[in-house]
Amino acid sequence: MTVLHSAPRWSSNEGVKEVLSAALGAMLVKADEEHGEILLTVARDSVEDALRVLRDEHEYQQLMDIAGVDYPQRAERFDVCYCLLSVTKNHRVIVKVATDEATPVPTVTTLWPNAGWYEREVYDMFGVLFSGNPDLRRILTDYGFQGHPFRKDFPLTGYVELRYSEEDKRVVYEPVQLAQDLRQFDFMSPWEGADYVLPGDEKAVTPPPAPAPVATAPETKGSASVDKPKTTDSKADTGAGEKANDAAAKPSDGNDSAVNAPDAPKSTEDRPAKNDGEGA
Amino acid sequence: MSFSLEESPTTGDEVITNYTINFGPQHPAAHGVLRMVMELDGEIIERIDPHVGLLHRGTEKLIEHKTYLQALPYFDRLDYCSPLGMEHSYVLAVEKLLNIEVPLRAQYLRVLFAELTRICNHMLNLGSHVMDVGAMTPNLWMFEIREDCLNFFERASGARMHSAWFRPGGVHQDVPLKLLTDMADWIDERLFPLFEDAMSLVVDNRIFKQRNVDIAVVSKEDALRWGFSGPMIRGSGIPWDLRKSQPYDVYDRMEFDIPVGTSGDCYDRFMVRVEEVRQSARIMKQCIAQMPEGPIASTDRKVVPPKRAEMKQSMEALIHHFKLYTEGFHVPAGEVYVATESPKGEFGVYLVSDGSNKPYRCKIRPTAFSHLQAMDFMCKGHMLPDATAILGAIDVVFGECDR
Repeated sequence: MTVLHSAPRWSSNEGVKEVLSAALGAMLVKADEEHGEILLTVARDSVEDALRVLRDEHEYQQLMDIAGVDYPQRAERFDVCYCLLSVTKNHRVIVKVATDEATPVPTVTTLWPNAGWYEREVYDMFGVLFSGNPDLRRILTDYGFQGHPFRKDFPLTGYVELRYSEEDKRVVYEPVQLAQDLRQFDFMSPWEGADYVLPGDEKAVTPPPAPAPVATAPETKGSASVDKPKTTDSKADTGAGEKANDAAAKPSDGNDSAVNAPDAPKSTEDRPAKNDGEGA
Repeated sequence: MSFSLEESPTTGDEVITNYTINFGPQHPAAHGVLRMVMELDGEIIERIDPHVGLLHRGTEKLIEHKTYLQALPYFDRLDYCSPLGMEHSYVLAVEKLLNIEVPLRAQYLRVLFAELTRICNHMLNLGSHVMDVGAMTPNLWMFEIREDCLNFFERASGARMHSAWFRPGGVHQDVPLKLLTDMADWIDERLFPLFEDAMSLVVDNRIFKQRNVDIAVVSKEDALRWGFSGPMIRGSGIPWDLRKSQPYDVYDRMEFDIPVGTSGDCYDRFMVRVEEVRQSARIMKQCIAQMPEGPIASTDRKVVPPKRAEMKQSMEALIHHFKLYTEGFHVPAGEVYVATESPKGEFGVYLVSDGSNKPYRCKIRPTAFSHLQAMDFMCKGHMLPDATAILGAIDVVFGECDR
């Protein structure tokens, strides 16, 4: 693919993937090159050794970032991505490791001292554990925060909100109460992978039920079958037709039967004052 | 503050054990909301534990719920002292995934304004660094330059700070006719006289040197180990500048020098920034001189919206506009890490796309994170007042650090 974009251009990727794959050997799970990035997936337990090989033998001196990514549909749902930079070769690679909520990833604070905060951040945001990190505290969230907010199953609004309480003279936490619903607009075209069924589309998917016998049709009409889509097929089902039209066309006789019924409540306008009523 | 007195077992004198103080979260020299728990032995710093995250707004999570274009303004609000520098990384990351060509004029405009941003940022940082160590006047003078910069941003984008002017595929609007000539005049008539005046008060000042020279010396090896970038790594003597080594947009057409420090102390970092301002002005002049005519954004209508005038005539343009501002554009699946030389150092965006109209994950690599992490390492053994000088030389902004 020809490069059209004007993003940073570092030295050529040519042959780098093969050289690094050979150097990592059995530690490597997968090596990719896409969009001009070299992505090396390594086995979780050997990440420290793999990064040491890259740092000491292949001149990737700097650890620029550690990023967590959450793929909830995978068994090992988290990716931990180490972005490495070589200032001598003028090159970047991304090393990836997969893990889940419970399995710790070996720390790389032994290789780069600045890995400490990056690992703390991934732990804070995703709950990925790093074995060997001497100071795995939360870093960006509030003191006493619970949960890992960048997981895909953590709601955007969070669970608690805080305010200053004038009565307690301190900041209090309360469950989130939204004045209006959090609006998430879905602008994707329905044919481009919408994860909902448009009204009416369910008919196309489920085969139409076998036509019921004519004799039993009036009985099923009133039944509380939820599965059956509510349809109005014939005039007999709805009561519509010439007869109904005639009845509707007749002028009203002004005698509202509902008001004059014996149990009907009294009209509100004519009701006497409250103290005259039964409450007095 | 808590301390206790106890008796020395040998002499019977009273010895003062280490005591712990809070620096911040509200402190004029903390450059925002930084809380540092300092363990002091007398006035000597033994250990620093910076507590960051007091300004954490969950930007990365918010971006996951926005389309690519809607996510852009969040970048202005990261490092609010150099908004366009933040946007630059993001738009380049999106363009890298899209593999879209940006017209030359747009690339020149971006470089021009990225350098103006650098000047704008350094004015604030140099000024506040000077003020942190006791001088008032240069800060006020340099704020005048900053004010001019903000006026230029306003004339280009309509906003003084949060411009949202760089867009995937180019820039939002062309600059007004007279803006480029005004900028060229401003560099000679305003920037240099004011800036050199302000610097003449500082750079050879005895007090300023006493507060900065040989403070927090970082060797080349340590700068690499701690993931330093930008003026911090150049201050330590490593000539590493992404504009030179990994050029983006039209930086490879620009002639400029990279200043490096010799001893890696706070004074070197300060002087690197001072020289960067002059080099930025040099790049700006070249941009203005070479600025070609032409479109300011890609003509790929699946990414860049059409002009308003075109929408009045063409149904297709109208449809494109509607789709781009509701659904947004789709970005091919994949992941990239794109870093640019923001005024504070390497600002990276690790963008994961799943092929939809929203980023699947957008990890922001703040410059301050690894610099601030080294506070403990840099401050150890220094006096308490040196902490403010060290912090000033880091150039930390918490909008970006805490995200």
